[in-house]
Amino acid sequence: MKHTQKELLALRDEVSEMWKLVLSQLEKSKQAFMNRDVELAHEVASREKRVDAFELKIDSDCENYIALFAPVAIDLRLVLSMIKICSTLERIGDFAEGIARHVINDECLQVDRALIDELQIETMFETVISMLTDSYAALESENTKLTGKIIAKDEVVDELYHRAVRLIADYIRAHPEMTECGLNTMLMIRKLERIGDHCSNIVEEIVFYIDAKVLKHGTKQSR
Amino acid sequence: MIETKKVDFFYGDFQALKNISMRMDKNTVTAFIGPSGCGKSTFLRLFNRMNDLIPDIHLKGECLIDGQDIYARGVEVDELRKKVGMVFQKPNPFPKSIFENVAYGLRVNGMRDKNFIEQRVEESLQSAALWGEVKDKLRKSAFELSGGQQQRLCIARALAISPSIVLMDEPASALDPISTAKIEELIHDLKKHYTIVIVTHNMQQAARVSDKTGFFMLGELIEFSDTKKMFINPEKEQTQNYITGRFG
Repeated sequence: MKHTQKELLALRDEVSEMWKLVLSQLEKSKQAFMNRDVELAHEVASREKRVDAFELKIDSDCENYIALFAPVAIDLRLVLSMIKICSTLERIGDFAEGIARHVINDECLQVDRALIDELQIETMFETVISMLTDSYAALESENTKLTGKIIAKDEVVDELYHRAVRLIADYIRAHPEMTECGLNTMLMIRKLERIGDHCSNIVEEIVFYIDAKVLKHGTKQSR
Repeated sequence: MIETKKVDFFYGDFQALKNISMRMDKNTVTAFIGPSGCGKSTFLRLFNRMNDLIPDIHLKGECLIDGQDIYARGVEVDELRKKVGMVFQKPNPFPKSIFENVAYGLRVNGMRDKNFIEQRVEESLQSAALWGEVKDKLRKSAFELSGGQQQRLCIARALAISPSIVLMDEPASALDPISTAKIEELIHDLKKHYTIVIVTHNMQQAARVSDKTGFFMLGELIEFSDTKKMFINPEKEQTQNYITGRFG
């Protein structure tokens, strides 16, 4: 294998490691939230620095690769997509930390358990986690066949989010003394909705890398 | 416009070009890339019949410039070369003054009008982005110029006879990065008035200067497309392997 390819593989390996870390952060933030596990939430918050460190390292490596090897064609698309995926993973990491902080700081953890179940927060967590897992598998196998299904899951998350907004509004109207807690819960759910959007963005980058197609903003252009 | 139709070219028994069909539009830059011996320079030299100087060659197919087959009977090669200038890999000024190098083609073609020659020399040197550097030493030997200046002088010499097409065979491969950048900038400017075809081993140069790129391998035209497309998403795996350095 030529050394330029080894450098690219090393770059991909770094992104894979970052991906696994962010996935683990997301899974742990889910457990922390669902189980009211403040200790686990602290662990997620403290590991966020590692996600940030990955982003800085990968950004720097991508810059170096472009400057030193002037990649073209599929190599260029790989480096460009890695830059964007890395930045998006970092944002997802931020949201996972935000959820953990919600668990750490929120005095409303005793909010009605029946409401949490009705909001289907666990389903939202599982859906975004599966989006991130499946998109990782798509990149590893360089197979874009399943990407449409991954993006479709974002619509499920969006529907759950809009439904949750309505339910929380009803809850606040019925329990005005719980307004702050209701709003905090909605902000937490909003983070899950944004994670779904970011997972879709990652899938778009994978399609750009593998198929040289641009799916952004509803377009379907071939490069 | 340059067009080839099913061109085969042979050096003796060796087939250097295989069934090449291609069209290059007016006022565009077309780059040919490919490994050594792939046929790209042979193909370039078809357009001003430079290959005619090599013994035992044979051409099949058509090679058209502005619709005229330049290999048809009765075509005057000298007339063709007025229309199709050429710049080579190594700067090759004549052992004459800067002025006389540029005026040479005009004089050979019978031009005697001193004022016209002076005007044309200045215009050509300006077009080659060299006028500012040599206007005060036109009578000095061309050999006193740097390598990059000599190459731009050769471009000025090619432009002096007002060709419509300029062929460049690795015009910057013997030059330092600053001179290379000047030649590339020049190519970019010249395409407003000329059709340019360039052979280069430097793929980034092809990417920077050309509108279209042809990738040759073993005498075949593997891919010919818009340069942007070729360097972002080439159609053929062979092209991708070559431009990403995985070839071989």
